[in-house]
Amino acid sequence: MSSTKPFGDILSTIKRESIVTLLRKGERIDGRGLHEYRKIEIETNVISKAEGSALVKIGDTKVIAGVKTEIGKPFPDTPDMGVQIVNAELIPIASPFFEPGPPGEDDIELSRVIDRGLRSSEAIKLNELAPIPGEKVWIIYIDIYPLDHYGNLVDASGLAAVSALLTTKIKNWKVEDGDVVLLDEEKPLPIGEVPVFVTVGKIGDTLIVDPSYEEELILDAKITLAVTSDDKISGIQKSGLGGFTPEVVKNAVSLAINVADQVRKKLPT
Amino acid sequence: MPVYVRDRDIVVPGEPLASQLFKGEGAVYVEKRKIYAKALSVVEIDSESKVIRAIPLKKKYLPAKGDKVIGKIVDVGVTHWTVDINSPYPAILQATEVLPRPTDAARMDLSKILKPGDIVVAKVIVFDLTRDPLLTIKERGLGKITKGTLVQIDPAKIPRLIGKKGSMANMIRKALGVDLIVGKNGRVIIISDDREKEALAILIIRKIEREAHVSGLTDRIKKFLESYGIEVENNA
Repeated sequence: MSSTKPFGDILSTIKRESIVTLLRKGERIDGRGLHEYRKIEIETNVISKAEGSALVKIGDTKVIAGVKTEIGKPFPDTPDMGVQIVNAELIPIASPFFEPGPPGEDDIELSRVIDRGLRSSEAIKLNELAPIPGEKVWIIYIDIYPLDHYGNLVDASGLAAVSALLTTKIKNWKVEDGDVVLLDEEKPLPIGEVPVFVTVGKIGDTLIVDPSYEEELILDAKITLAVTSDDKISGIQKSGLGGFTPEVVKNAVSLAINVADQVRKKLPT
Repeated sequence: MPVYVRDRDIVVPGEPLASQLFKGEGAVYVEKRKIYAKALSVVEIDSESKVIRAIPLKKKYLPAKGDKVIGKIVDVGVTHWTVDINSPYPAILQATEVLPRPTDAARMDLSKILKPGDIVVAKVIVFDLTRDPLLTIKERGLGKITKGTLVQIDPAKIPRLIGKKGSMANMIRKALGVDLIVGKNGRVIIISDDREKEALAILIIRKIEREAHVSGLTDRIKKFLESYGIEVENNA
């Protein structure tokens, strides 16, 4: 994921060759089309103690996300807005190559990409979540945990985060004597435009969507695009050692916009 | 006769199998003169020779001298390669076991001969649990693999994939016309120019892995092959 070469799995030479030869013929090792996702399954409200949650499977890749909310202090530069905090952790349960301990580069990259995509598209209407501007606002924590790493954690994490937000309910509130009083009734979290994350990988001259674990090991580079429903890009992240020419980036963007609609259909309503 | 299970029963760890009048083999332990199962296994009872055997459904590969294994080079050292053999123990392939005659390995760039990611068919020459297993590729049929598809299954199922005196593997080879290299460590290489035959071979290997503990496996594999319109010789 990051620019540092990941220590870990090495793909066997014969597998690398068969993937590359197949790609030249426009085929993929698991029989998918180049611009086709693996099977996507989304299950919501899987964590009873969270205000919103989702379990997303893309093929064998599995990611769980949960949303917790509380009242807290806003950031000084945005006193009239709620706070959005995205946290992702690559825990050892997901892959033998994830180690316990403080979050590394890859953990932080993952959470930042998701955070950026959500924030720039205004997925959460943070301006509606400030009961007492400058004093007390809602803090929305989005926690993402990959459970099985079989490739393309970013897209799965994005889907999980968005699905969890779409099903999040927060307590209604009123302001009394300069204090926020939470009421017993619940309402859905105010949601704006939600993005869909599409990762486009590049192997040689071929662009593929939703790289599997084995494909990820031999990608030259990949680019993740957060696409909104009106085909705007709300976030981009390029990773890997290889490079993209401006022309290829344009192709990747139009490819991502095309594919995003298919993925968007899977989102919970 | 104090036997607590029937032939081909599936037992869980800690389940009593028989009294010590029997000889326990496989994944068993003895406590208070009783034989217990050590792992989730299938039981085989030989009442004539009084042997009770627990065959685990799953296991990790433990290297043994003389085993043919399929390894993946993961690291290149000055005089050796480190090989992943799908085992808790990483294997060592010394340069002297690869180079034809006594050569000063330290002066050579070993990564020009084998580099990380390369697949080798090798044989375990020494393993005694005190040091990492040593491999050799200096025999007929061993060496670097340049083409083919690698499939990994549970090492516990490898004996069923090979069959009695190699019967199952030979049947697949003959019926599909593919070459099959089976490593004791649960890795199988399928070499074929025909992608469909190769895909079919993978399906069969997966089927064997899934159904190895149920009897009548050979017949089911034959039927499976015939359902794809492939003739199977009876004496195969």
